[in-house]
Parts: sequence; C-alpha cells; structure tokens
Amino acid sequence: MKHQDDKVMLSHGSGGRMMHQLIEDLFVKHFRNKILDEQTDSAILSVGSHEIAFTTDSFVIDPLFFPGGNIGKLAVCGTVNDLAVSGAEPLYLSVSFILEEGFPMKELEIIVESLAAEAKKAGVLIVTGDTKVVNKGKCDKLFINTAGIGRLKKETRLISKALNIKSGDVIIINGTIGDHGMAVMNARESFNFKASVESDCACLNHMIRKVLEEVPVKFMRDPTRGGVATLLNELVEKIGLGIEINESALPLNKGVKAMCEVLGFEPLHIANEGKVVIVADQTDGDRIIEILKNNKLGLQSAIIGRVVSDHPGKVVLKNETGGRRIIDSLSGDQLPRIC
Amino acid sequence: MKYIDEYRKKELILSVSEKLKSVSKKEIVLMEVCGGHTMAIHRFGLASLLPPTIRLISGPGCPVCVSSQHFIDMAMAYSKISGVIIATYGDLIRVPGSSTSLEKERANGSDVRIVYSVLESLEIAKSNPKKNVIFLGIGFETTAPLTAAAILQAKQENIPNFFVLSAHKVMPPVMKALVEEGVKIDGFIAPGHVTAITGTAIYNDLATICGLGVVVAGFEPVDMMQAILMLTIQIESGTPGVEIQYQRVVHSEGNQVAQQVLKDVFELRDDSWRGLGTIPKSGLKIREELSSFDAEWQFTVEVPSSTEPKGCICGQILRGLKTPVDCPLFARKCTPSDPVGACMVSGEGTCATYYKYRS
Repeated sequence: MKHQDDKVMLSHGSGGRMMHQLIEDLFVKHFRNKILDEQTDSAILSVGSHEIAFTTDSFVIDPLFFPGGNIGKLAVCGTVNDLAVSGAEPLYLSVSFILEEGFPMKELEIIVESLAAEAKKAGVLIVTGDTKVVNKGKCDKLFINTAGIGRLKKETRLISKALNIKSGDVIIINGTIGDHGMAVMNARESFNFKASVESDCACLNHMIRKVLEEVPVKFMRDPTRGGVATLLNELVEKIGLGIEINESALPLNKGVKAMCEVLGFEPLHIANEGKVVIVADQTDGDRIIEILKNNKLGLQSAIIGRVVSDHPGKVVLKNETGGRRIIDSLSGDQLPRIC
Repeated sequence: MKYIDEYRKKELILSVSEKLKSVSKKEIVLMEVCGGHTMAIHRFGLASLLPPTIRLISGPGCPVCVSSQHFIDMAMAYSKISGVIIATYGDLIRVPGSSTSLEKERANGSDVRIVYSVLESLEIAKSNPKKNVIFLGIGFETTAPLTAAAILQAKQENIPNFFVLSAHKVMPPVMKALVEEGVKIDGFIAPGHVTAITGTAIYNDLATICGLGVVVAGFEPVDMMQAILMLTIQIESGTPGVEIQYQRVVHSEGNQVAQQVLKDVFELRDDSWRGLGTIPKSGLKIREELSSFDAEWQFTVEVPSSTEPKGCICGQILRGLKTPVDCPLFARKCTPSDPVGACMVSGEGTCATYYKYRS
C-alpha cells in the first residue's frame, strides 16, 4: 500500500493500468506462488498425469439486460472464453449468485434460463453453485460469479505463455471491436443514439477449437476490459518486441465508430465479450482467417497487424494518412461495470 | 461515415500538404487554440505533413486544463457538504486539487456523478428532491449556452435544488492576452465550435489591431490542413484577416439564439486561468437575478489558498511557451493514470495528447 489512507477507486476495476497495479502491488504480493506467477488467463494445474485450466470471473454489469445479452449469458461466456483462450476445452462451471432483497423473481428466472441455454450451447455443465441474499441496498440487484474448469491438451497447454513469438507474426481478430462496451454504454446512458449497437457477447470455444485443431497458434487472449489495446500492450511487455496495428484493417461496426467519434473514445480501448486476438506465424494467417470466417462468430475476421522488432514494448497504430502513434493500455476509468 | 470519411481522404490531405510546401516561405508560428485541434494534429500525424517553416503551438483551449486550482478545490469542498450531489463532465473528476481529487472524494463517500450533458443533472435534481445538485460548469462559449439553457429550464420548471458552480470562460480575452504578453504567434487556428456560437466578429481586433491571421477550422485532417494553408497564404501575402474554413458548421454571425441565452444568464467577470493568472472580463458569472441557481451564492465553503503542483509547467504549456516534453515530470511522474497537472487529465489536454500520441 502506498499510503495508509488510500481508498479503492472505480479505476482500480477498469481493466487498465490501475487495476494491474493493484493486482501486482497487493494481490500477487500476498498470494505469490508458482502457478499464479504465470499470470495466464486461466491457472494451469496438474492433477496426476492430466493438466487442467481453472479460472473465475465475477459479473456486476449494469444494466442487467442489454442489447445482445444479459448478465446470465455474459457470466457463462466470460468464463468459457477465459478457458478457451488458454487452449483448454471448457467442461464444468460453478455459478454463484449474490442477490439483493426484493429483486424480481421473474427477472432472475430469465437470467437463469440464459445461463442454462448458453452453457448448453457451449457444451459445459453447471455442476455447483452458491446463493446469498443481502439486504436491500447492500448490493445492486444481482451479482454473479462463475468459475470454470477445462481440459488442456498437450499441444496447446502453453498458449497463454506467448512463447516463440517473433517479428513478422500476424495479429488476428475474429471481428468488429468495441461492440460490447458501446452497447452497454448506449443502453445505460441517456444518449439515445439511434445507432443499433449490439454486444458481441458469445462463447468462442467451438470456433477456437476448430482453429487449434488445424493450425499452430502462438498466443490467444480475449480482449475484454481495456480492449484490444490493453491486451496487446501486455503482450509486448511479455515478449520484448513491438506490435504495429494497421488502423484501416480494424473491423469496426458503423454504430461503434460513430459513438466513438462523438464521445472521443478509442475503439481499441473498448471492451469486447465475443472476440479473440490470435497471434500466429504469418504463413498461417490466411488459413486461420479462413477457418474463422467459416464460423458465424468470425465472419469479419481480419489480420489487423504484425509483430515487429522496431519499438520493442510498444504498440503503434499506423493510420491511413501515414501518421503513427503509440497506443497505450487504457488508463483510468473509462466506463465502470461493463461486465 | 458521412462528414468524416471525405475529410480524412489521404490524397486530399497530401495534396494540401504539397501546396503548403510550395506556398510557405517565411518561418511562422501558428497557435491552435482548441484542445480538439491539438488532438486532431497528433492523432492524424499532421505535423509531419507540414513544411519545416511552419511550427504549431498549442493554446489554452482545453476547459479542464485552464480551470483554476481554486475552482477544483471549491468543487471538492462542495462535494463534502452533506446532501450534495456533484454532477460533472467526466474529465474533471480526476484533476488533482491541492490535496485530493473528486475521484478520491467519491471513494471517501461523496456523491459525485458523471454526466454527459448538463440536462442530465437537471434530471438528477428532479429525481432527488431532498438533495442539492451542483453542476460544475466548465468550458467556453460551446458548453456555456447549454449550462445557461439548463438554468433557464430550472427556473421555468421551478427546480429549487439545482445549482451551478460556474467556471465558464470566454475565448477572445485570453487570445488577446497571449499576444499582448509577447508570445510569438503569427496566426491563430481558431476554435470551430466556439465560433459556431459566437460568430467571427470576436476575432476582428486580432486581425485589424494585432495584424494576425485568424482562420476558423474544423477538426478533421483535411479541415486542419486547409486552415493552415489559408493562414499561410494570408501571412505570406501580408493580408491577415478573419476567414472561415469550417463553413459547413460556422457562419460569420454565429448562433444568435445561443448568444442571447448566454447574455440572459451570464455576465462577464475577471477570471482566474491556470497558469495565466487573472484575465479581465474573461469569465462567465451567473447574473444576480438568477443567483438562486448560483452555487457560490447558495453555499459557503472555506477553501484554503490553493497550491499548484510542484514542478508542473502546465501554465507555460497553456501559454504556448513550452511543450510537454520540456517538462521534467512528463511521462515520468506525470501520466494519464497518475496525473500531476490538469493538462495530463483531460483528453483534450496538451500533455495527455502528447502522451497518448507520442512516438
């Protein structure tokens, strides 16, 4: 702790720099162990001769219902995707509810039905859970925690570690960026934008499995809070190389582009809930795009940039007019409670 | 996207760039007054498209940045009054005051809410009749008419618990003050949206008395490049004047309805600018007959004398005398996630822009 009287601020939960500082300076400091130190999306655990991936996520999104989904669907997708991008096949989930006294049972049922339907689609079983109810006003309607376990295959077990990445490797995304963050913002704030922006919230495990079965992938992660920019910045720090992103190659929904222009947001900083960033050898790029485009969650897949040996540790965006600028991690509190 | 794509066409930008290179002979300094312009220049990498004879400097056109430390400290003091809800544009909550920030006060229990329009704070007032809602009014002639309209609406709808702490400012006095202070400027890239409200008459003195070029510019790369070309032609030909590049939005007479609303609600007062000191008749004070909506009239707070952060050169940056890279704190002790000065907080602040688009 820096100062005795420091307080937790919303920015500490934004997925950006401040959250990472909190994790490093407090959580990792006290919990330190070999598995945690890997800081992968899911923990990789050995059980006998098997390896499993284990992860957890809490959902506090406001509003509970938004275009493209609700907190229940999101709670399954978030955890399933964390497992899938770790190279694991998601198998089992736990679901815990913290409910506020007075929350309408009817809405709870809709959310639970969504959880069940999404789990079925993803092919995972919800096998345990917990229920707590707190007094009215002591939590905001409903919070959900899910944890998940997946089976790791030998050939993909090291995918989160970003090993073997070299200059020239391609950066791929499976579609438009920023849809989730902007959909939630449009649903929550009183902008009344006419743009129809829907969350991309979806389980990616089947699509990712298809890619992994056919092509070697060097790294994968889902660009949730903090967006693609934060993910790539964490990656360049890890690999000691640079990344160059081509602005004109970024798939962008019209409505998201318009909202970002009006509000002054950088789309690369906006959260996604149905996207995966893949790093692969450049000779595998086109094949991966082909596989992704065969899935309805990957129709707008694109190679958005490359790993470069210039500017190590930095992500640089090249724009259409030839200008270049550094894209940093998201700092501060762009929009709290989006997942 | 309409009104965006056509103003970002690479060929068009490059052709203006070529023209500029052939026209520009003298070494000139142009000031972009508006933070939105500073952002556009860096975002689109325009400086690299200019001939070496043209130097751009950033001016005092970021509302968050020029708001005085005293104003920030006042807002903090109000946030600690029981039953008060502070409604503010988002950038302001992270500006460090003398000892704390609104973001930290929110974590300490103050009710601080981010709004995207002043009218949202009216709604907050209506739905919280037992609380007092204080809107932090910052910005120039662009946002001030909205605050004025909200006050008039509060009066009309008889909303007794809506107040404004006004730090609204007007542009012409500060532009003139910079010239009089001796900052070397050959021409102004004038703020597009301010002028959409005020009209162009406010710049006449700068052209006729000070002999400076003024071109009102839009915010897309083609707009900016064209405005720079127009200014360069004016200066090279020795015929400085006031011109509008941003004709799709700005008319010479401005928005007269907005001007009237401003006059109905506000009067000019001497006002304090961060780094620039007090500039006569540069601030907007709520008229006495509407003082029931003026937070300064309705609530008394003790604010100790404000201290500017040590080592921060925001003041010199706002005057175009230095750039952020001249500051020893820049990108070291002062970053967007842990800002020391206001210019690093706002998305339109010169330091935040330099940080974001550094290469």
